[in-house]
Amino acid sequence: MNQTDNAVKASLFVTCIIDQFFPEVGEAAVRVLRRLGVDVEFDQSQTCCGQPAFNNGFWDDAKPTARRLVDSYEGEGNVVVPSGSCAAMLRVFYNELFHDEHDTLRRAQALAPHVFEFTEFVSDVLGAENREGLFHATKPMRVTYHESCHLKRELGVDLQPRSLIKSLPGVELVEMPQAEVCCGFGGTFSVKYADISAAMLNDKIANIQSANVDAVVAGDMSCLMHIGGGLEKQEAGIRAIHIAQLLDERI
Amino acid sequence: MQSHTKDFRQGAGAALSDPKIQANLEGLYNGFHQARIDASDQTPDWEALQDKGRAIKAHTLDNLAYYLEMVERNVIASGGHIYFARDAEAASNYVVNLAKERGIELVIKGKSMVSEEMALNHRLEEEGIEPVETDLGEYIVQLAEETPFHIIAPAIHKSRGEVSELFVEKLNVPMYDNIEDLTREARDQLRQKFVDAGMGITGANFIVAETGTVTLVTNEGNGRMCTSMPKIHVAITGMEKVVPSIEDLGLFLRLLIRSATGQRISSYVTTVTGPRGEDEVDGPEEFHLVIVDNGRSKMLADPNLREALYCLRCGACLNACPVYRKVGGHAYGWVYPGPIGAIVSPMLTNLSEAKDLPYASTLCGACKEACPVKINIPRMLLYLRKELTQGETYPEHKSVSMAESTAVKGWRASVSSSFMMRLSNLGGRLLQLPFVRGGRIDRLPSPLSGWTKHRKFPAIASKPFRTRWKNIGKK
Repeated sequence: MNQTDNAVKASLFVTCIIDQFFPEVGEAAVRVLRRLGVDVEFDQSQTCCGQPAFNNGFWDDAKPTARRLVDSYEGEGNVVVPSGSCAAMLRVFYNELFHDEHDTLRRAQALAPHVFEFTEFVSDVLGAENREGLFHATKPMRVTYHESCHLKRELGVDLQPRSLIKSLPGVELVEMPQAEVCCGFGGTFSVKYADISAAMLNDKIANIQSANVDAVVAGDMSCLMHIGGGLEKQEAGIRAIHIAQLLDERI
Repeated sequence: MQSHTKDFRQGAGAALSDPKIQANLEGLYNGFHQARIDASDQTPDWEALQDKGRAIKAHTLDNLAYYLEMVERNVIASGGHIYFARDAEAASNYVVNLAKERGIELVIKGKSMVSEEMALNHRLEEEGIEPVETDLGEYIVQLAEETPFHIIAPAIHKSRGEVSELFVEKLNVPMYDNIEDLTREARDQLRQKFVDAGMGITGANFIVAETGTVTLVTNEGNGRMCTSMPKIHVAITGMEKVVPSIEDLGLFLRLLIRSATGQRISSYVTTVTGPRGEDEVDGPEEFHLVIVDNGRSKMLADPNLREALYCLRCGACLNACPVYRKVGGHAYGWVYPGPIGAIVSPMLTNLSEAKDLPYASTLCGACKEACPVKINIPRMLLYLRKELTQGETYPEHKSVSMAESTAVKGWRASVSSSFMMRLSNLGGRLLQLPFVRGGRIDRLPSPLSGWTKHRKFPAIASKPFRTRWKNIGKK
């Protein structure tokens, strides 16, 4: 397949949390996309989708940054987001946020079909699993997959990440109990209700440990920041990594 | 019922630190939750049934006055009485006055969450009338002088051992170590009450408009005895429980029972149309239906909240909710706990007092996924958060702290442009300096101290992605 003549283009909405806390995950995503022949662009004006304010009821404060995002990506083709939650904000929750702002709502709805979460794009659009010799083996590794809530339940993405993980030579996917149960992050929920959140996190960590794995993989850095922070606090010796990193290490 | 919704934090903390409650909550995931998933998986066209149920609920609530009038006509035609209660107090007054007029001293009760809204037992006791709960879980809760912990399993927070101890203490019976003996004891205790009671009070899972029929779904048969043994049967329910026809009832029984317990059908489904007829052997001499508003019309009038009235009270969203599975039912502080309770309780009591409830969710969406009529609970939680913050529809309930408003204004400024993101990155890195060890933060001051008690926090990257972008792929 000739990738140069008819290159797929995609603009990366890297998300504020990856930009500020986990830039290496954004780099991994770019390398994977490029290796798959994607012409990746990055709009330097991007900031945040507005979710932190929106989820806390501050819709008026969320609107300017959300509006700016619609402005920047409108008509720009594919937008790839390495986060189920931020992708869901653009695709699902802008319908709520802009319910009383018809012009923006119409434009957000026109943008929505072009917004892809990272694994959706890599699996559904690029079919990475089916490309012979794309991934190479490294040291054998056992991983389990945590289902980020918005990725699974707002976007309906649950098969794609698993099929990508299974296609990696030397990587064994071990399903943990209650993989689909929330890790307890929930943005400011983990600050406002830190103890309830910690109780949920401890269950998640126990389930991860029961799978006897080297790493837990997910598609959202906010969950992974939470789970990883808990694993480190408990010195569990299990890595928490974004699926883009898992792919990047083998591509 | 007195509302304690403002004490959510304390209630949640108490449940989290109670190992017995934690142990009893643990069974929900593999119990009711999994049973519901299995039952719906085994039902052909489950999703089509959900959509149909949702459409019927939407239609009925959009035309509620029409259907309530139909209920009224048909209840009266079948020889019953009907009373529309504006609020809990009016409903209680009706029941109490009726009981006093008829000289009743003992009332047996089937399970009714609306009677919890009314705190009916308390009111009856004040009037010198003894109410006895006959649903086993409700009976346990009544003995323990508590309130229901779960919509369909009121005593699920108590283990067998705790119930045994309760029976020893309250009933002066020996310590039983198995469920059969406990159940038999409760049955023996209740039997004479069924015989002696002058009035049976039940809830209603559905009211069928075209016939004026009240439907009860139970597994113990106590509901049927409450409707048939005493001379007077009073059914109390919320005004949203109307379905148009008997055909619709079939659909809703499938949705409700599978979602509640995972059963295909409950042990008993009781339908009651009016009092005993002249040619009938069983049944009460008088039948009264009390239909309660108690704040529901406020939800009906709000297009953003109307779908909360589609609720069948199956409890599936409680079982699916990872927060409910940690804090349990009492923390929510009023009759309805869990995800649907976080909408209904604030709206039926006081939104700003209950302001912690809509925030007590990670918005994970497990409730929406579990709901038999696809109620979009996360969307309504977001709406209530917006109302609490911006006060558009309910300005009197606007309730937002200065600290949080200030933090959000700071966030808003920091994401207002790429330049401001870079500036905040710099500022953040300076602020975090005293806390960072090896790229991680072990401990932060309040309000983030709760976070770092159980998790490390990542340090802000010295070079954000936007700076690194141009060098990706370059050696």
